[in-house]
Amino acid sequence: MERELNLFQYEYMQLALVSALIIGLTAPALGIYLVQRRLALIGDGIGHVALTGVGAGLLFQTSPVIMAVIAATVGAVVIELIRERGRTSGDLALALLFYGGIAGGVVLVGLSDSTSSNLNAYLFGALSTASRTDVATIAVLGTAVLIAMIGLRPALFAVCHDEEYARVSGLPVRALNLLLAVTTAITVTIAMRAVGVLLISALMVVPVATAQQVTRGFRSTMAAAMALGLFAGGAGIWMAAVADTAPGASVVVLAIASFVVVTLLAAGWRRLRRARPQPAPAPEPHEVVLGGS
Amino acid sequence: MTPDVITVTHGVVGYDGRPVLRDVSLTVTAGEVVAVLGANGSGKSTLIRAILGLVPLSSGTVTLFGRPVRRFRQWHRVGYVPQRLGAGSGVPATVAEVVAAGRLARRGVLRPPGRADREAVAEALRAVGLTDRAKDPVSTLSGGQQQRTLIARALAGQPELLILDEPTAGVDAASQEAFAAALRDFTVGGGTVLLVAHELGPLRPVIGRAIVVHQGFVAHDGAVPEPAGHHAAPDHDHVHPHGPEEPAGLWSAS
Repeated sequence: MERELNLFQYEYMQLALVSALIIGLTAPALGIYLVQRRLALIGDGIGHVALTGVGAGLLFQTSPVIMAVIAATVGAVVIELIRERGRTSGDLALALLFYGGIAGGVVLVGLSDSTSSNLNAYLFGALSTASRTDVATIAVLGTAVLIAMIGLRPALFAVCHDEEYARVSGLPVRALNLLLAVTTAITVTIAMRAVGVLLISALMVVPVATAQQVTRGFRSTMAAAMALGLFAGGAGIWMAAVADTAPGASVVVLAIASFVVVTLLAAGWRRLRRARPQPAPAPEPHEVVLGGS
Repeated sequence: MTPDVITVTHGVVGYDGRPVLRDVSLTVTAGEVVAVLGANGSGKSTLIRAILGLVPLSSGTVTLFGRPVRRFRQWHRVGYVPQRLGAGSGVPATVAEVVAAGRLARRGVLRPPGRADREAVAEALRAVGLTDRAKDPVSTLSGGQQQRTLIARALAGQPELLILDEPTAGVDAASQEAFAAALRDFTVGGGTVLLVAHELGPLRPVIGRAIVVHQGFVAHDGAVPEPAGHHAAPDHDHVHPHGPEEPAGLWSAS
């Protein structure tokens, strides 16, 4: 307790907390649309592509974050265009893009004579090294994504729920899909500082997976997922401070822990409810009764 | 003369070079209720999708309310009811949330829903008899109730034309009756209907004209044909082997 109180006096800890909270709120607000359209792992793929941007940034001594935003956006738009074509080669194209992205990133980082700890910071997150400028970037981009995801909820819901119907409703389906692709790229890049390229998808997907076990509607799922993301972000940084664990991994571990707890509670609750009002219908009789026993 | 709502002129559609619609021409005028009949694989669903601009024509033209479908923008005048709700992704959505999507054609993307939207959703739910299920997740509804949800979604946009793809396939009797009533209300209000059906059932009295599609051609356009042979028996249990279900899952090649 002592140690944690002391730690939060330092600015770097406060900055880490603020970033984690913003990302915890934003990632599930976007992730719910990705889960809804069965693209739960797209964030992971775009993270791989972003790594090439990081490598290019380190090599050419420009901002790795800006280069990552550019690479991730280009990657996300390409993936969306491949998806739109909807042909069987789509997943192979995605595989090429993903592994090309991560391999390119590692090669470029190697060429730039950065240390491997520098690469690790992007792979697994390094919140405690976030500067005020970094946090300001995270806040501005995170808010923009959040406004788009909440403000356009009816339209984005319609497109992700039933794309064909959205088309016949005259919605700008392609523009909305590209918006989702670009905001995914932005979210991946800002979350890269916090949880790292390899763990980003967890923050987009796990809170949604947790929330949907107990919610009944889309809107309530979104709200609950954002609350869970906020909790995981805050509690993860606190845990990192107290137990001296890696902040990014702590956030993800807590998100998954809440998934397990909620799943068990929901299963127990369902069993209780089923048991109370009326007994379950009698099982169908066996077609063959084995003698003996 | 009543204005044409839908026209198809020498429409040809092929998938991967295999022709599905070979030469189809038809006209639906305002206030008509037209059924497109035909066996599985006759091309009747493709016809509907071509009319909506969801599949491109290889030749011929389609117009909606007098405009070529490619340049048609007044989608709030059209309500589309697909064959079924897409396989759920696990993210829950309430019946009211799905129905509310029907308002987007009228409201646009940027404007938040207002009172008129909420009232139209409530009215559409009432029309299909699902008011008491509004807050339930769609996934907990029966197949027939899900179909009614999709009809309510189309009705919520207050369209002038309803286009329905097999609205009664695999739907329980209660839902078929609810659906026939909703359709009657819609036509009494002056609406135009084009629906694809395998069999008409309780919809029979509502239908004004039938177009039979056979192997990509229009085989009949006029009065609703009487069922013949054992199909005519009132207790005929109309069960056909349908196409194999797509295995929706991790390993499906879609």
